[in-house]
Amino acid sequence: MSAAHEFEVSRRGVLVVGASAAAAAAAAPAAAQGQGAEPPVIAKVSLEVNGKRRALELDTRTTLLDALREHLHLTGSKKGCDHGQCGACTVIVDGRRINACLTLAVMHEGAKVTTIEGLGQPGALHPMQAAFVKHDGFQCGYCTPGQICSAVAVLNEIKAGVPSHVSGDITAAPQVSVDELRERMSGNICRCGAYSNIVEAITEVAGRTA
Amino acid sequence: MRAFSYERARTPQDASIAVARTPEAKFIAGGTNLLDLMKLEIERPRHLIDVNGLGFDKIETTQDGGLRIGALVRNTDLAAHERVRRDYGVLSRALVSGASGQLRNKATTAGNLLQRTRCPYFYDPAQPCNKREPGSGCGALQGINRQHAVIGASQACIATHPSDMAVAMRVLDATVETLAPDGKTRSIPIADFHRLPGDTPHLETNLAHGELITAVTLPRPIGGAQIYRKVRDRASYAFALVSVAAIVQPDGSGRVAFGGVAHKPWRVEAAEPAMSRGAKAVSERAFTGAKATEQNAFKLPLAERTLAAVLAEARA
Ligand SMILES: Cc1cc2nc3c(=O)[nH]c(=O)nc-3n(C[C@H](O)[C@H](O)[C@H](O)COP(=O)(O)OP(=O)(O)OC[C@H]3O[C@@H](n4cnc5c(N)ncnc54)[C@H](O)[C@@H]3O)c2cc1C
Ligand code: SF4
Ligand code: FES
Ligand code: FES
Repeated sequence: MSAAHEFEVSRRGVLVVGASAAAAAAAAPAAAQGQGAEPPVIAKVSLEVNGKRRALELDTRTTLLDALREHLHLTGSKKGCDHGQCGACTVIVDGRRINACLTLAVMHEGAKVTTIEGLGQPGALHPMQAAFVKHDGFQCGYCTPGQICSAVAVLNEIKAGVPSHVSGDITAAPQVSVDELRERMSGNICRCGAYSNIVEAITEVAGRTA
Repeated sequence: MRAFSYERARTPQDASIAVARTPEAKFIAGGTNLLDLMKLEIERPRHLIDVNGLGFDKIETTQDGGLRIGALVRNTDLAAHERVRRDYGVLSRALVSGASGQLRNKATTAGNLLQRTRCPYFYDPAQPCNKREPGSGCGALQGINRQHAVIGASQACIATHPSDMAVAMRVLDATVETLAPDGKTRSIPIADFHRLPGDTPHLETNLAHGELITAVTLPRPIGGAQIYRKVRDRASYAFALVSVAAIVQPDGSGRVAFGGVAHKPWRVEAAEPAMSRGAKAVSERAFTGAKATEQNAFKLPLAERTLAAVLAEARA
């Protein structure tokens, strides 16, 4: 009788442990890839995401992208290649666009991160979001959050005088043109091929903010 | 990815010592090359030392009118810097021809110099590769080697160095400034910074373990038409098949370095007196001893023609 009781308790204990282990695994699927023999190292980091302070405890291997998607459930930013090749993960960190898949969350203590969710929301769209809708700047939409974050940053880069590969005179202030936008947006791949409508959307926003 | 511990370095000396004394430790800067390779377990550090907070993010004028570029200056900021655009145009041009806007916002001056080859066999842990796994053989030698080196390679490795920036740094005679774990500093001419593969393709530079790059300095500007021309399989966001960094003076004299052809930026100073005689004379000398494969033999005429186009542009 008492043996059975003990069994109940320990079985319940095992279940509890099992459930929390499963939850942890679900929360960090990418970090758990290619498990080595070494135990994970956990570190604390706090970020300001879309204006809100978020404190996290993460496996040091967690990329900024996985922190946003898997831990903060901001699934707007997409994972296409996870290797810096497609731009689907583009977010704006301290005012600059970067590939969230090629940086560690722990490297961004105190950073201000803006994702597509922070740019605008249904009913209160960012002008770039609205322009993408108006110009059909997408089909499946997978690359779109990255395209929009990139596009917002591109217009700021042009304003700040950052030259590009197609700038004729690199000592002069760069201008908004179709060639400039195509070159500057080349880090965002769209497999649906919505490129020309994307350029139209950005051009319209550039005209309005110029 | 292998698990690793992480620390933010507080001083350059701390960073250098930490790498030297921790087994399998590495610096991390922009992370755009290191993390890419860590995900594939090609790089497997157990400890990362973040050097982003060390204040190496400034560009300053040196006493002789040159430029001192902090090791952590981002590729975007270097390309956009007023003096770089005006006095070292070939560098600005090379930078903006590489990677994407997002990557350049993260990529650093030091990290760019130290980025590793894009040889597909190096990237595939199932393939033999002497660079990744010394002694395992070279998959590219008898494999698909269209993008590989045509000069300065060895039987052990025919990989190329993928950086655009480094080719411009080579033609500008840059110097790499470092700090060693014992506190000693040194200045390494860019010509002596990267190594040819020889029998040890896993050793890519002459940096010692734990030696930290603190800055890259450029000598006083030399004027001239400064041109970077990159030839690749698509118009943007692709590595070079061949690239040419050139500085051409009004009298036709000048300097040239080639990218995409060797394990390091390829410059043969002895070929440069031929600059005023045209691309053929220069490339014959610069590529003496070249050894192409069937697949990459096109790079030799392509290099010559790219230089011809650059010289024509300089004259125009
Ligand atoms: C999709 C894609 C396309 C690309 N296309 C191009 C291209 O066309 N042309 C091109 O040139 N490049 C290209 N790149 C490469 C890019 O330029 C490099 O990834 C970048 O420059 C590396 O800089 P980082 O600061 O991110 O380096 P990290 O990844 O942080 O570091 C790279 C190496 O340098 C070491 N390191 C960093 N800082 C220091 C220091 N201060 N002292 C000593 N060691 C240090 C690190 O330990 C590591 O071994 C591309 C990359 C990607 C992902
Ligand atoms: S060329 Fe060099 S990097 Fe490529 S497989 Fe051979 S040894 Fe490895
Ligand atoms: S997911 Fe980051 S660039 Fe593709
Ligand atoms: S809209 Fe489908 S990938 Fe761009």
